[in-house]
Amino acid sequence: MPPDRLTASIGRAGGRGLAPPASAAGRRSVLTGWGRTAPSAADVLHAIHPDVVTAAMSVAGERNGPGRRGLIARGLGRSYGDAAQNAGGSVLDATWLDGVHQVDLERGLATVGAGISFETLMARFIPLGWFVPVTPGTRQITVGGAVAADVHGKNHHVDGSFCSHVREIDLMCPTGPVTVSAESDRDLFWATAGGMGLTGVITGATVQMIPIESSYMLVDTERVPDLDSVMDAMRSGDAAYRYSVAWIDCQTTGRHLGRSVLTRGDHARLEDLPDRLRTPQARARSFMPRTIAGIPIAAPGGLLNPVTVGLFNEFWFRKAPAKETGRPHTLAGFFHPLDIVTDWNRLYGPRGFLQYQFVVPDAEGETVRTIIERLAEVKVASFLAVLKRFGPSDPGPLSFPIPGWTLALDLPVGYPDLDRLLDGLDELVIGAGGRVYLAKDSRLSRSAFRAMYPRVDEFLELRARVDPEGLLRSDLGRRLGLCDDPPPAARTGQERPRGRPAKTAGVNKATGARKAAGVNKATGAKKAAGATKATGKKAPRSGTAGGSGAPKSEARPPDPGGPTSRDRRRP
Amino acid sequence: MIDATGRPQSVLVLGGSSEIAQAIVDLLVAARCRTVVLAGRPGPRLDEAVDRARAAGAQTVESVPFDATAVDGHVAFADSVFDRFGDIDLVIVAAGVLSHQPDDEEDPVLVADVLATNFTGPASAMLAVCRRLRRQGHGKFVVLSSVAGDRARRANFIYGSSKSGLDAFAQGLSSSLVGSGVGVLIVRPGFVVGRMTEGMTPAPFATTPDAVAKAVVRAIGSQALVIYVPPVLRWVFAAMRQLPEALWRRMPA
Repeated sequence: MPPDRLTASIGRAGGRGLAPPASAAGRRSVLTGWGRTAPSAADVLHAIHPDVVTAAMSVAGERNGPGRRGLIARGLGRSYGDAAQNAGGSVLDATWLDGVHQVDLERGLATVGAGISFETLMARFIPLGWFVPVTPGTRQITVGGAVAADVHGKNHHVDGSFCSHVREIDLMCPTGPVTVSAESDRDLFWATAGGMGLTGVITGATVQMIPIESSYMLVDTERVPDLDSVMDAMRSGDAAYRYSVAWIDCQTTGRHLGRSVLTRGDHARLEDLPDRLRTPQARARSFMPRTIAGIPIAAPGGLLNPVTVGLFNEFWFRKAPAKETGRPHTLAGFFHPLDIVTDWNRLYGPRGFLQYQFVVPDAEGETVRTIIERLAEVKVASFLAVLKRFGPSDPGPLSFPIPGWTLALDLPVGYPDLDRLLDGLDELVIGAGGRVYLAKDSRLSRSAFRAMYPRVDEFLELRARVDPEGLLRSDLGRRLGLCDDPPPAARTGQERPRGRPAKTAGVNKATGARKAAGVNKATGAKKAAGATKATGKKAPRSGTAGGSGAPKSEARPPDPGGPTSRDRRRP
Repeated sequence: MIDATGRPQSVLVLGGSSEIAQAIVDLLVAARCRTVVLAGRPGPRLDEAVDRARAAGAQTVESVPFDATAVDGHVAFADSVFDRFGDIDLVIVAAGVLSHQPDDEEDPVLVADVLATNFTGPASAMLAVCRRLRRQGHGKFVVLSSVAGDRARRANFIYGSSKSGLDAFAQGLSSSLVGSGVGVLIVRPGFVVGRMTEGMTPAPFATTPDAVAKAVVRAIGSQALVIYVPPVLRWVFAAMRQLPEALWRRMPA
């Protein structure tokens, strides 16, 4: 996404003394995930071609020491948390890699740029009779993001997650570009699937599309009075449907705890459709999704409170037919109901929201109940809770799915003690042998993460292979301990000459932690003194105003009445 | 990183022996903060604060010598802290003294000391730290101000003006930080019953370090710039600021 509306810029990175060539520097912007929480600033640069990715990577490699904060790719910013943020480092806007490179219409193979959105893919391929093999609840995601999060859809119990339909991934690793398939390098392929962009920048992929006859779905919908019934219905009936999802009301308690609307269906064949939809063929395969509204940026907080959400839940439940079979729905209406309102995340107001999505094994269905009970108890307003069944896991070390139940809950962050509530849910999920989904996560602790993803060390080993210097870094990685910034060296990076050999990073890593204290004090003071000398004219009092050593653009703003402006007033 | 619910993983306290700061650190550590750096004047009080943070269960707790009034060393101080501990998510600015005003009024040098400890020193240290926060692209300042800065009062205008200065400085800094990923939270507590106010008669709406800490921790993840503790003081002081001077100066000490 071109720097979005949350973005504010404070000038070019080149002016901040990091000294990469201006073209590869990017623009410092504040980014958040879809949940609009935990903002951080990074240099966003437009990856208009894989060459830009290569250039950015070599720049990141040059920034040794403390100035080096790595890079991460970003797609359409639909990860709820901090997965596509890289505080103080670079963020590659990969939505520019949006080409369709190769198409095999016989077999339904599409080789596309990583930045192409699912919406574009659908608009181009549905009229030709091909559909994306897996789609999450929004089509505003990129292929690269879908690979990095190994997204799943309503068909996981039948078709698995997205990467099991990906034949090849074009990956720009710090060690060099590779085109990787599950056959050519199984470990790298499956670590990249769900690797949250930390194994390399995904620049393209070859996707096996699925054939469809029409752009309609035949859908069975039923209202289900409580949680047990819906879980029974899904357990016994899902195998008969390619797509299945239950919307759950998390506010009702007692007898109606977990009342649901269960929708299941499959792509409609032409013969299934009524005449008005079947002919002409262009209509049968038309894809014209609409948006009906947008939410303004200044939407106030508190719009989604227990009362409004309660009303909505009541409406949604009653609006659904008690039982209906074989009704044609549009693809967009079936898969992406929320996409009709653009920027719906702003409904949660300035404080933002988060999504808690967990999976527990089939035998642990009781955990789903316990969690819904807890939420109903505290009356937190969860809008659109979604229950699905998962099929087998993928082989990746950070693969999310486990055969069983997955529940996704949208929760406003302003809710008091939400952090503790969710920590409690983490414990339940861990106890049940489950995990939460990293693409949605924005608050998991390191210890909980390790308990949920016991194979994380495998992932780290693979990272050491393809990214030995740890150039790929994200806020999510920092938070969860997947990519710690190396203990900074004694010197600050700004006076450092560019193009220092990469090896010093390793040296710093080894000695930095132990020596840092003493060494820093010595050099730090020296540096301060020296720098003050340089800027001495402007800053009569040494060491104040943060001016020493800092480039102008940094020193000036916080010091509007300081020596600099006094100086300027002097004729 | 500060997570979506406002929980930092590392914290630097300027004025590490501050009672309010210690209460905040307790809550942060309980909420998984792993690294606690307590900067302050070396001495038993700072050591106690270190012990307390360790007892709370933080993984890394270190004290670092820091003198708010020694402004020449602030840049080197900030660099050494960030170089040694890596990213700092939260910086609590808690250095400050509450002096005995009648003494200060007699001695201009003491006034300058109070201002240096409460205002100019912390301001300089904040700028020094700010350079590093901008570079890391994330982080938050928590600035302990006071309602005493909302309107200078006859009985403690020296302390009040120092907090007023710090408060205004933090507001301006916050504006300048827009777009940098770094945020500012200004905390204006009322009368806080504790070591600093020992022997004084609590004012109306008095609060405690724990209550302040709770309010702060809750606000870290929000976009609020200023919070009052207790919150009602926001409205009380909105009214106080409108009082005619003749009435205001007669306010009891």
